[in-house]
Amino acid sequence: MSVLVYTEHREGVFSKTAFEAVSYGKALAEQLNTNLTALSIGNVEESELKKLGQYGADKVLTTSHEKLSDFVNQAYAAVIYEAAKQEDAEYIVLSNSFSGKGLAPRVATKLKAALADGVTELGKIEGGTFSVKKSVFSNKAFATDVLTSPIKVISVVPNSISIKESLTDVDVESFSPELPENAFSVLVKEVIRDTGKVSLPEASIIVSAGRGLKGPENWQMIEDLAEVLGAATACSKPVSDAGWRPHAEHVGQTGIAVSPDLYIAIGISGAIQHLAGVSSSKVIVVINKDPEAPFFKVADYGIVGDAFEIVPKLTEALKAFKS
Amino acid sequence: MKILVCISQVPDTTSKIRFIDDNKHFNTEGIQYIINPYDELALSRAVEIEGADITVINVGKADTEASLRKALAVGAAKAIRVDAEPRDAWFVAHQIAEYVKNNPFDLILCGKESIDYNGAQVPAMIAGLLDFPSVSICRKLDLEDGKALIEQEIEGGKEVLSADLPLVIGAAEGIAEVKIPNMRGIMSARSKPLETIEPIDVPQLSHIESYESPQPREAVTLIEANNLDELIAQLHNKSKVI
Repeated sequence: MSVLVYTEHREGVFSKTAFEAVSYGKALAEQLNTNLTALSIGNVEESELKKLGQYGADKVLTTSHEKLSDFVNQAYAAVIYEAAKQEDAEYIVLSNSFSGKGLAPRVATKLKAALADGVTELGKIEGGTFSVKKSVFSNKAFATDVLTSPIKVISVVPNSISIKESLTDVDVESFSPELPENAFSVLVKEVIRDTGKVSLPEASIIVSAGRGLKGPENWQMIEDLAEVLGAATACSKPVSDAGWRPHAEHVGQTGIAVSPDLYIAIGISGAIQHLAGVSSSKVIVVINKDPEAPFFKVADYGIVGDAFEIVPKLTEALKAFKS
Repeated sequence: MKILVCISQVPDTTSKIRFIDDNKHFNTEGIQYIINPYDELALSRAVEIEGADITVINVGKADTEASLRKALAVGAAKAIRVDAEPRDAWFVAHQIAEYVKNNPFDLILCGKESIDYNGAQVPAMIAGLLDFPSVSICRKLDLEDGKALIEQEIEGGKEVLSADLPLVIGAAEGIAEVKIPNMRGIMSARSKPLETIEPIDVPQLSHIESYESPQPREAVTLIEANNLDELIAQLHNKSKVI
């Protein structure tokens, strides 16, 4: 028996979410008094792989078949399945990232395992069952999910689990499972990254703006504030519907749900659908000229006033603070 | 091209979410149901595809038939209702995969997730059960020479994919504009076939024990617009987020 964690990397570098997943797996392994194996797929240098030991992995399996250089969920799920069998894994932990969403259900299906998706806290192990609280109804409520199958798959929401160091002497082993022929019928033709921008689901600070900004030409001050904070930018639904900003920035019930440490909402009134997507933020700051805006009811800090005056001043004040 | 569109119905996005029976069950009183918005996007994309023969499927009891009729009005040719409570994603995915095993399709279009349980599990589970390729967050879908050309969202960007059929797609914003049924569609939907089939048995692997509502946040601390240093001090010293 063991705990297996699948660790995502981007061009050979592990992201924070990988360390979060390992920290989560370590906590499970400690409760179960068992070993933690981390699995990495694709080309990653040994020195980078060894970093997984800092968070508690006893062993790292690394697969660097050339066919696996691009993420294809069907193929990656097959590798995770083989690793789970080899390691006799009872728990498989992965990140509920965009790629994780395509992967976790496939892994669960192959292993006939129950899947707890969108997990934001450590669960409770009682005998063979695992119970955990997760958000449902687009963050308007929580449910306690009880997993009763022998094998369990857990997908952890990025930025919700704190990274915990747990220095472990780690072994790196190469792993070369057989790859099913038909697992490569999706071909990655091109990957386009928004260079120099912080990715929204992983961001610990988000600066978000709404219709109060009056038009896409006024977004520079949002970008400037985001830059000084090292934050990602986001927007409300009317803004992406109007084409002022890309759909990928739409936060809310029908967009992306986020859980940053700090969410700064500028010129967003706070419709129930938007609030659903941001309610698990740790701290919410609202800047709005309408003191009756519903967003103030869920905010930790509020400033009533004109965003066009406040935002540039806030950026300057933060620059002064940071230096 | 034979296309299966999978829909579920969910509480309207303005719904207040409350629970009954000692927080064991969702309180459906006064709840208006709608087709899951992402499923509506999937259906809207399907009806744009030239020569598409569209079947719409839903796992639900008879009260979900209004949603299926709406899907027929938007442009599906035929509707299937698997007569069962949609217990969880595992159950629903098995029902749909079973239907596809007996009735082959070139393309299976789902919403990327439902807005009630937000699991985003069903599309990849259907694909897993059928051993089909799948794309989870599809913002653009074109069909060309028997292949699908796709733009999928990834962290901090997008990727362009080419995929073989049959294929399972999770539809996200951008894939299509939502289609509203017109009067002719609504009239013709009445005479289109809506078939009810029995569910297959699926072992239960998990269950929801109870629900809870989020804790209300503490009252807002208002800060004067000319005192931004105070905000920065609070965020740094008290909240420790910057």
